[in-house]
Amino acid sequence: MTRFQSASQTAGPYVHIGCTPSFAGLENMYGGHDLGADIFSPDTPGTWVTVSGRIFDGEGMPVTDAMLEFWQADSFGHYAPQGGSEGWGRRAVDAQAASYSVNTILPAAVGDEAPHINVWVVARGVNLGLHTRIYFDCADNEQDPVLAAIDDPARRSSLIATRDGDTYNFDIHLQGDKETVFLNV
Amino acid sequence: MSLQPQALTPDYRSSRLRSPSHKLLSLAPGAGELTGPTFGHDLIGPNDNNLIINYAAPGQAAIGEQIMVHGHLLDGNARPVSNALLEFWQANAGGRYRHKKDGYLSPLDPNFGGCGRTITDADGYYSFRTVRPGPYPWPNGGNDWRPAHIHFSCFGVGWAQRLITQMYFEGDPHIPLCPIVQTIADPQAIDSLTARLDMAHTEPMNFRAFRFDVILRGKVSTLFENKLEGN
Ligand SMILES: [Fe+2]
Repeated sequence: MTRFQSASQTAGPYVHIGCTPSFAGLENMYGGHDLGADIFSPDTPGTWVTVSGRIFDGEGMPVTDAMLEFWQADSFGHYAPQGGSEGWGRRAVDAQAASYSVNTILPAAVGDEAPHINVWVVARGVNLGLHTRIYFDCADNEQDPVLAAIDDPARRSSLIATRDGDTYNFDIHLQGDKETVFLNV
Repeated sequence: MSLQPQALTPDYRSSRLRSPSHKLLSLAPGAGELTGPTFGHDLIGPNDNNLIINYAAPGQAAIGEQIMVHGHLLDGNARPVSNALLEFWQANAGGRYRHKKDGYLSPLDPNFGGCGRTITDADGYYSFRTVRPGPYPWPNGGNDWRPAHIHFSCFGVGWAQRLITQMYFEGDPHIPLCPIVQTIADPQAIDSLTARLDMAHTEPMNFRAFRFDVILRGKVSTLFENKLEGN
């Protein structure tokens, strides 16, 4: 039985060509439709919200070439119960501000895990894609085993999106004082 | 020796401010890590896996050495990963990317986009046609050139298997010189990212074949015992 695995290499600054070609300027590739533009189809039941934020490096500079992917349960706490890619989405961050925004439904809790969106971060300078989670400040996060495993309250709060009306804000800091907690999943 | 690169690899300068300094928090994989999105074969257009023509004007083709890249997507137990989406991107034969941020003086090829995708079959097999990309210079503080390479984005069965990597070509003298390749400490792990010339599948008077297998993290049920190395 092999324990081998292919090594990761950075997605580099041109990840958009392969993953979001319309964003990269290849307008007609794949019918002009970048995969992962919608996390859920519009008729999906649940509470629709916007999650947005920015991504920063260790000096607080925007990471303008990052790509984010999202994977979440639906409003019943199920991951893609019909199979397929419902619950998955992808964003290239804005090339100036390194901002992103997605419309999605609030996931329900899954087992003892509080409602959360799994996030995967790649960018130039990131050798191995980084996993993190977006939790929600309106939810009951007390019993969540991942949050409970983080001793420092300031670090724990790096995983909790803050609500402002219908929008939740979630910034990602790759390094530094505000460094986001990243996960070895 | 670690199979995976460390986050902080100072010789690759971009990693200096983009590498977390805290240790990753380990967690037991749950539903969100063991499941993942799947994509149907109907997603894939007839030319999606042919970069020679999928951006070209009718009757035209990309310029460069014509090649086929093929192989298997496997898990860590050498089992095929079937029905998995693979996405590819690369520079053209002159080392230039079709991207607004690439200002390298080598010209764009009007018939080459540099983007392709496919879904593995029941045996985990994939193939695509393209032109061999050129090496290119990049800003890293010195006279740095990337070896010719093709970027791969790979989905597995579970979200925890998500992988982006790069494929290199056997015999490229830039491989040992490249700070990005050398973020991987284990020479064998570098070797496994290097595609081999495959004369058995090379078509006479047509194209050369290169073989490249991608191995995702172990069988999903054993992910917990098979943590990503290097963390
Ligand atoms: Fe590249």
